[in-house]
Amino acid sequence: MLSFILRRLASAVPTLFIVVTISFFLMRFAPGGPFNLERPLPPATMENIMRTYQLDQPLWRQYLTYIGNAVQGDFGPSYIYKDNTVAELIGKGLPYSIELGFYALLLALIGGVTLGTIAALRQNSVLDFSIMTLATMGTTIPNFVVGPVLTLIFAILLALLPAGGWGDGSFSFLLLPMIALALPQLAVFARLTRGSMIEALHADHIRTARAYGLPARIVVITHAMRGAMLPVVSYLAPCAAALMTGSAVVETIFTIPGVGRYFVLGALNRDYTLVMGTVVLIAIFVIVFNLLVDLLYGLLDPRVRHD
Amino acid sequence: MTDQKDTILSIRDLKVNFTTPDGTVNAVKGIGFDVRAGETLAVVGESGSGKSQTMMGIMGLLAGNGTVTGSAAYRGKELVGLRNNELNKIRGAKITMIFQEPMTSLDPLYTIGRQIAEPIVYHRGGSRKAARSRVLELLELVGIPDPARRIDSYPHELSGGQRQRVMIAMALANEPDVLIADEPTTALDVTVQAQILKLLRSLQERFGMAIVLITHDLGIVRHFAERVVVMRRGEVVEQGATSQIFEAPTSAYTRMLIDAEPQGRKQPPAENAPIILEGRDVTVDFPIGRGLFSKGPKSFRAVDGVTVKLRQGQTIGIVGESGSGKSTLGRALLRLLHSDGHYRFDKTDISGFDRRQMRSLRKEMQLVFQDPFGSLSPRQTVGEIITEGLLVHEPSLNKADRDRRAIAALTEVGLDPQARNRYPHEFSGGQRQRIAIARAMILKPRVVILDEPTSALDRSVQGQVIDLLRKLQSDHNLSYVFISHDLAVVRAIADHVIVMNNGKIVEEGDTDAIFDAPKADYTRALIGAAFSI
Repeated sequence: MLSFILRRLASAVPTLFIVVTISFFLMRFAPGGPFNLERPLPPATMENIMRTYQLDQPLWRQYLTYIGNAVQGDFGPSYIYKDNTVAELIGKGLPYSIELGFYALLLALIGGVTLGTIAALRQNSVLDFSIMTLATMGTTIPNFVVGPVLTLIFAILLALLPAGGWGDGSFSFLLLPMIALALPQLAVFARLTRGSMIEALHADHIRTARAYGLPARIVVITHAMRGAMLPVVSYLAPCAAALMTGSAVVETIFTIPGVGRYFVLGALNRDYTLVMGTVVLIAIFVIVFNLLVDLLYGLLDPRVRHD
Repeated sequence: MTDQKDTILSIRDLKVNFTTPDGTVNAVKGIGFDVRAGETLAVVGESGSGKSQTMMGIMGLLAGNGTVTGSAAYRGKELVGLRNNELNKIRGAKITMIFQEPMTSLDPLYTIGRQIAEPIVYHRGGSRKAARSRVLELLELVGIPDPARRIDSYPHELSGGQRQRVMIAMALANEPDVLIADEPTTALDVTVQAQILKLLRSLQERFGMAIVLITHDLGIVRHFAERVVVMRRGEVVEQGATSQIFEAPTSAYTRMLIDAEPQGRKQPPAENAPIILEGRDVTVDFPIGRGLFSKGPKSFRAVDGVTVKLRQGQTIGIVGESGSGKSTLGRALLRLLHSDGHYRFDKTDISGFDRRQMRSLRKEMQLVFQDPFGSLSPRQTVGEIITEGLLVHEPSLNKADRDRRAIAALTEVGLDPQARNRYPHEFSGGQRQRIAIARAMILKPRVVILDEPTSALDRSVQGQVIDLLRKLQSDHNLSYVFISHDLAVVRAIADHVIVMNNGKIVEEGDTDAIFDAPKADYTRALIGAAFSI
């Protein structure tokens, strides 16, 4: 078990390295740069700035410098938010994104699994069709539509909840962005659960459980559900990483000071260091959650236990 | 011993219907029979006879689109139409079941100890901990070695035979009156099959429960059952004492089932018949567990230095239990997987041939698989399936030529040429296997490797397929490698037999010599288990 974790962490290093390298060069090959403004700067000023940020060096040297600094935890200064380093920006925003993402994940998981299970147990009934229609809508309606509609109804018309901001961090501020963030994922979980639950209910060992007179509750929860959760758990990793590293759309609509905006803003402004910082962050989240999910998978399924 | 006359399960006018998009299917059409205390009753029939669905109907285990009507009374209590929570007091306690698929009938996510304990705890109360000693006792009883350790094993850590023993332990846990065994040994190797049947019989002697044995295998019935119910297409054709059914069957169908054991023998080819396919020192290694940080590849030797010489017109039967390497050997001979050794086809040394070089020879050496359902693409018409090889090997043919060849091939395997415009799911298992054979024959091969081609078929259909293979062989002077675990079939079709175990040849020789005077202990055990259960 421990050796499995260590091996996985060791293999994360080359993965991270490859991600960083590809992103670094892709970013640099995109046209424009952080200081190409609408009104061009005087050449002397430009030269000065380029020298300050070492952008006048050959690309390979910039790359080596970046890798060298990054290994020591220095992701450089942001070019746009000039008073902050990338690490500071991410460090400040991340707790908000993680908290919001965590609640959204809980909502998506619990809601999706419950609805999916109900749909599977009532396969082809009106209830099943209604749930699946809602799930399709959940995946197709983008959250830049869901967000403003939620705001309109609950914040403006009914005036029950704040329209945005973090406030004192109380739950009332979290509720709307959490729903907007969770809805598409909830729909995915519902579909996944329904599909694997229907398959699980047709398994031979479910017939055995029924043949031995076990009550429906035990057959469904103990035997069918556990097997049906395996594909759901696999999806948990990318989903958790996506939710907890923030969503540019949701954070912008609800003016939440998370890190979700940085990736989009950084990319649009060619803020090389900020983009690289968010890429590393997302990669680390994906790697860590995949590892956690693999461990969880091993707990659920003795056939893939890591020992 | 209980009174033999005492009826404990009485079935009257039982019907099982399934609602399908094509209308209602009457799987069981109003049948009746009794199960008496302590007896062994065999319910016999081919696939589709409704024998399993009868039991599923009584036990409330039909698929969602199935309904059961009529009467099935357990000690006077009507089971048909009983509410689930009432039925749950009987199933798993008074009437228990074991199934055909020991691999999938247990939940892969829980230990066997927990799964055996579940019905004990549910029907008798008490804690799971308290049930543990009872579970140990049961595992001991069904012959699981080292129960104290095995109780915490997961199903995938046990062999097929052991899993079936676990199912039997579960079935016995609450000391049932009736044990329904639905094809309990069909998925098992013959030697294991014999052990499981012996176990069931000794447990029955000890505990006195009635056993309802659902099977297609008359060999088992003859040695195991006291009374027999013969079913066909949802109806009871005949029932009576086993000796009476076998010695004086009243229905033609029963007679046919009894006689369906493959008949005939194959004469060996002439001494000087040329060798058409040869594999010397065939060795196949499968890599296992090679990871980024693990040291070096580990491998499993599936076939270990086996030599096969196939003469023109010869049929070599390769027999062995699952895992013996017989199928892998067949694929290695066709150069379909990476293997070591020396290979020769006709007069050409093909040892070093790569995929491209082999392609020109593929036409001459064809393969027919076991599973007639999985080996035909469900999205192609039969015509497309069987002419696909012609596109590769005889590209000069036009569409009309190919169609003519398809008609000839289908006619030759005894199918209506109209079949080429239909899809595989419209055909029965036996017909599909004919389609698979037509797909091989259309290329006019010289060597055909048949991998368990009759194992998924009912005995009566098996006989027809074997007759067809014989006819094709004599018409075209074909050479066969016939891979099978079914010794009765091999005896009928092969003139030379290779017995394999653990990737090695245990014994080989002329068919009669192997079957009449086996030398190796392993062969003797195999033959003993297959022919004298």
